[in-house]
Amino acid sequence: MIDEKQVAHVAKLARLALTPEEMQRFAAQLSHILAYVDELNEIDTSGVEPMSHPLDLSNIFRDDATKPSLSPDEALANAPQKRDGFFLVPPVLEWGE
Amino acid sequence: MKPLHEMTACELLDAQKSGALSARDIVRASLDRIAGLDPSIKALLSVRAEEALAQAQSIDAARAKGEPLGALAGLPIVLKDNICTKGWETTCASRILRNFKPPYDAGVVAKLRAADAVILAKANMDEFAFGSSTENSAFFPTRNPWDSSRVPGGSSGGSVASVASGMTPLALGSETGGSVRQPASFCGVTGLKPTYGRVSRYGLIAFGSSLDQIAPCARDAKDVALLLGVIAGHDASDSTSSPAPVPDYLAGISRPCPKMRIGLPREYFIDGLAPDVEKRVREAAEAFRSLGHDVRDVSLPDPKYGVSAYYIIGTAEASSNLARFDGVHYGHRTAAKTDIIELYSRTREEGFGDEAKRRIMLGTHALSSGYYDAYYLKAAKVRRLVAEGFRKAFEEVDAVLSPTSPTTAFKLGERSTDPLQMYLADIFTIPANMAGIPGISIPCGFDSSGLPVGVQLMAPALEESRLLHLANAFQSATDFHLRRPAV
Repeated sequence: MIDEKQVAHVAKLARLALTPEEMQRFAAQLSHILAYVDELNEIDTSGVEPMSHPLDLSNIFRDDATKPSLSPDEALANAPQKRDGFFLVPPVLEWGE
Repeated sequence: MKPLHEMTACELLDAQKSGALSARDIVRASLDRIAGLDPSIKALLSVRAEEALAQAQSIDAARAKGEPLGALAGLPIVLKDNICTKGWETTCASRILRNFKPPYDAGVVAKLRAADAVILAKANMDEFAFGSSTENSAFFPTRNPWDSSRVPGGSSGGSVASVASGMTPLALGSETGGSVRQPASFCGVTGLKPTYGRVSRYGLIAFGSSLDQIAPCARDAKDVALLLGVIAGHDASDSTSSPAPVPDYLAGISRPCPKMRIGLPREYFIDGLAPDVEKRVREAAEAFRSLGHDVRDVSLPDPKYGVSAYYIIGTAEASSNLARFDGVHYGHRTAAKTDIIELYSRTREEGFGDEAKRRIMLGTHALSSGYYDAYYLKAAKVRRLVAEGFRKAFEEVDAVLSPTSPTTAFKLGERSTDPLQMYLADIFTIPANMAGIPGISIPCGFDSSGLPVGVQLMAPALEESRLLHLANAFQSATDFHLRRPAV
């Protein structure tokens, strides 16, 4: 089960400004899905190594060499707002007096 | 000569070599077919007709001069709209990426261009590949060419419907839990999910990074073999792509098919499997037996647990991958005047559709403090059991045969209010993504309403040749893959 308070908490973690209607609906739908997913507890997984990936990869390294990359103009081409070669965002820190 | 839209890619290559057809004839015919059919099927999001015709013309000119041409010269192809194309809108069928023009080509796109394939169009999909019906597109749903009141399946519904309706001989989709095999089964075409890492994911906009794989779709196994041979192989830009050499799949399947042991997993023939689907799939198993293969029972873990584990792992990975859409670097940005946190939250609220939000929420919850062990870690352990189950089964058999999906194509709107019912459409395809092994769906007949049924074959990692060999043997003995919808 997941209630609307938990939904509000998760929405904050996920950076989603959900509407009250969405909060209510997701609480019901996510509860339904999580109840189904709970059947995983029917399976004994004691001693089973979790599998995070289909490949047993260790670190893969490449040569530390320069190569061509995007120009600043290309990298900024899709930016919703930009200025002087930078991505533009609202102030992140509040300034005091 | 049969109509161009009924010819396979291999036949179109031969017709160009013999001089019977030019690349321009082929591309023109595809564009005409798109103009005639897509207003009702709505498989495509953007078409680049002029560029395609110009490219076809230069291929014809190169051929006339005797210059060497690539393996897909003059063949039209459609790409799912989550595969990046430089300077060409790549939207993931989402409002949040509506006007996004990637500054680079995906690894597969570079390979297609080098092979002289003609990229015609970008195809509709469930938003960010979240869905099994293509109804979750932010723009419009795609219709099944066999019955316009029904879904084509998803999430690669646009790519698959464009092949099924003869708009293109070839298409690429992507798979995270069955997103090419399931629509291939609903639309009566051949779709292959390669081994995880067989095809570079560079430039495929990520959903579940440990599950995603670009997947070819065509009318028969030979064309899938042709296309896979071009797109497979290591890519330095995707460190998870396999360094294993790429066999000549097409030459391989032109040799006689070796006799194999094919397992029927009893856990995949369950309540809820539509009777017509079960009949057609068992008939397909009999057909393989009469072709000389040893068809026998085998045991695999119950696929329902795979669905549960998948919807934790897939959403957990999706919630992390979709964190990048924040209104700063690309895509939609809220018009509201806000601080930075509100900028992110409102941008995402406005930009994402319902299913994307639901999955981000589910994944974030499963990874959040206090729930990680109960959900994510538990699911990762179950995933190990799914993979181990295949490993054991493949000690007894060379391939596994099952239904691709429990039903044929369902009606638009039929499952869109119940997320769980929608998720269960992928119950038989999810396990291959969880284990990272290849699977193929091929047409094996029709239900009582005349809708296509697909049968799935799965094999151990990097054994795509085995699947293509079996599929080609089946298609040499049957004509289901030759039937066309009356569009």
